[in-house]
Amino acid sequence: MSKRTVRFKIYRYDPDKDAAPYMQDISVELDATDKKLLDALVRLKAKDDSLSFRRSCREGVCGSDAININNKNGLACLTDIDSLKQPVVLRPLPGLPVIRDLIVDMTQFFKQYHSIKPYLINDDPPPERERLQSPEEREELNGLYECILCACCSTACPSFWWNPDKFVGPSGLLNAYRFIADTRDQATSERLDNLEDPYRLFRCHTIMSCVDVCPKSLNPTRAIGKIKDLMVRRAI
Amino acid sequence: MGCAYSLETVSVNVAKRIFDAVIVGAGGAGLRAALQLSEAGLKTAVLSKVFPTRSHTVAAQGGVAASLGNSTEDHWHWHMYDTVKGSDWLGDQDAIEFMVRKANEVVIELEHYGMPFDRTDNGKIYQRPFGGHSMNYGKAPVMRSCAAADRTGHAMLHALYQRNVRAHTQFFVEWMALDLLRDADGNVLGVVALELETGEVSIFHARATIFATGGSGRIFYSSTNAFTNTGDGLGMAARAGIPLEDMEFWQFHPTGVAGAGVLITEGVRGEGGMLRNASGERFMERYAPNLKDLASRDVVSRSMVTEINEGRGCGPDKDHVMLDITHLDPAKIMKRLPGIREISIQFAGVDPIRAPIPVVPTCHYQMGGIPTNYKGQVVAPRDGNPNSPVPGFYAAGECACASVHGANRLGTNSLLDLLVFGKSAGESVVADFKAGNLSLRPLPTDVAERTLARLARLESQKDGNAVPEVRLAMQRTMQKHAGVFRFKDLLKEGVTRILEVAESARTTCIQDKSRVWNTARQEALELDNQIEVAKATMISAEARKESRGAHVRDDAPDTPEHPNGRDDQNWLKHTLWFSADNHLEYKPVSLKPMSHDVEPIALAKRTY
Repeated sequence: MSKRTVRFKIYRYDPDKDAAPYMQDISVELDATDKKLLDALVRLKAKDDSLSFRRSCREGVCGSDAININNKNGLACLTDIDSLKQPVVLRPLPGLPVIRDLIVDMTQFFKQYHSIKPYLINDDPPPERERLQSPEEREELNGLYECILCACCSTACPSFWWNPDKFVGPSGLLNAYRFIADTRDQATSERLDNLEDPYRLFRCHTIMSCVDVCPKSLNPTRAIGKIKDLMVRRAI
Repeated sequence: MGCAYSLETVSVNVAKRIFDAVIVGAGGAGLRAALQLSEAGLKTAVLSKVFPTRSHTVAAQGGVAASLGNSTEDHWHWHMYDTVKGSDWLGDQDAIEFMVRKANEVVIELEHYGMPFDRTDNGKIYQRPFGGHSMNYGKAPVMRSCAAADRTGHAMLHALYQRNVRAHTQFFVEWMALDLLRDADGNVLGVVALELETGEVSIFHARATIFATGGSGRIFYSSTNAFTNTGDGLGMAARAGIPLEDMEFWQFHPTGVAGAGVLITEGVRGEGGMLRNASGERFMERYAPNLKDLASRDVVSRSMVTEINEGRGCGPDKDHVMLDITHLDPAKIMKRLPGIREISIQFAGVDPIRAPIPVVPTCHYQMGGIPTNYKGQVVAPRDGNPNSPVPGFYAAGECACASVHGANRLGTNSLLDLLVFGKSAGESVVADFKAGNLSLRPLPTDVAERTLARLARLESQKDGNAVPEVRLAMQRTMQKHAGVFRFKDLLKEGVTRILEVAESARTTCIQDKSRVWNTARQEALELDNQIEVAKATMISAEARKESRGAHVRDDAPDTPEHPNGRDDQNWLKHTLWFSADNHLEYKPVSLKPMSHDVEPIALAKRTY
């Protein structure tokens, strides 16, 4: 791809000076080497230094630059700029309070993550060497441990939009299952108790928006289904 | 709202928070240190510019070194030999012995914290070969790199964060430390920091301060590093009068994706990948007959650049080489290197199962940093002692220089470094605290003045230089004048040029004056730190008139008298750069191990 100009419509809001949010029309000329949406955002920022967004690793592993791109959540650093319909419409992740421009307040999202006790629980005295785990047992963690906490999934979930304080959300539940599935963890029953609630787990209505938007191709709906199975199985 | 910061308004508004300890940075080293303090019950504040799991440790791929011997026989003696040799004998042998002997302990701890390591058939931690790591003192590759697929850093950082959640560590997320606070006697008193969301400036007054701020590879134009790796700890230390050690030594990782710079782990070669030139030749056989593609990183990067310079590069511009894994079983690629496949498809547009990946050496890691000893205490010259601890100040991880990597780091030793020295810095603070050696020293009334002056200057600057332009000038200068191969004339010119860039950075100007989440202000403040690192690098590199490890210059060639261009008689010493007047001092390398369990590794020519 050679030099080209790309048109954007970007959600702007600076509480320090704006009475209300507005959509800004802006375009930018890109170099041949600019391939990802994040490259374009960096160019835009050089033009208008007040444009605010989070970014760090630029390779899809830190989870900083999740935004709503043409009405779909995704990571700016993994989105091919030339695949997008113009004007490219950029908004902050839906369902969380906006701090400024494309930056949202993620407090509620992390609160839910913390609520599932996201750490290994094993009260046995640690052995001198590693706890053993077979390759097959370890395989159970694939598709779970890779979560980057970008919040694309939870903020694409209508159930999370309506009840962000009560519904754990797809990311939190995926992480809950990551520990349930770990043969080294001893707290399965406690973890299930923690989720046995009309809201925390059961607000998932398998709409599957989470699966659709996950930039790491993970499947929270499947993990949620497995937790529900375990609930049913222990009830009978 | 008008000006957010003026000297008159801010000095009355600076809040003070008091802690036993403040840790700056929540990557691997900061989180590992925080665990020690939280579990010991110290009142600790951990400041991070980004949410902890977004720190750049997350991007480490290939593994963490430990001589567990799960798949091949291994000993810490061999690991120590490899690390000293890899460092081209510039690493301190006491610190290196300390690190390699602690390796098994810190890796097993992580497993106990829940880190999802890959497993061997008998359920142990999976280990893979890695560059420069050998059995029996260089005889053959060894399986020493403990890995979680090719996402080891991600798995590690999340496990460490999770353990800190369990330990109720107190985080100040999205706060940027701006300056290190010291009193007239040089004691460290904490930091002054800025909350990004509100623009609030606050003093974190503490008995102990630990820097774990990571690297600063973004001073170069082409870098594997995250945007946030801006050397903040180094900049803060340098401005506060602490020297920076061995800053001429930068690692260029052999395999950054050509054009994009994104890292492709050495684990790819550990799993059997090979580098090929335009004619398809596996050229590393010529440069390193023994370890071939798994030679040390500096050796591989130079070999690649030599291939390119001699016209054997690939592509229309012959400006890269190919990393080939098409001969590997696709099932193995999917299992051991799934992240690499994603990255190749995303950033190189090729599926490595079918086609080779275009790669080029890319700035990756800073071997130098804030001088420390193996306990994680920051040390600086005082009263004739080059290694006098700075009271109240500790550092660990990439921002620190212990020095275990010397002139060239081995792959997987960085994750080991941050675990071992994060832990030991934490242990040192706890021990010093319990011994009553850490007092809450009074804050001088003008302690934050320098920081407020910087903020006020930035607020009122008119007709200055745009931050992205100054940054680009710095990056281009570093890339051209201090790259994989260095040249006497270019270095000399580079010093003049980088000092000009530094001058232009004194009048950076931002349009955005908002108090709320002002990333323009943040980037301008980060640039101040990057400039310190860039000056330290260029000036230290120009002065070192030998070739050693990652620092190879045209006027110090390989001769019988000076194998590989190394000059032990004159240059077997650490550089110390001081920001105030750009002057350099030197201090001896510790050639003696810590214990009598091992003989010093004797100086020899490095071949692989």
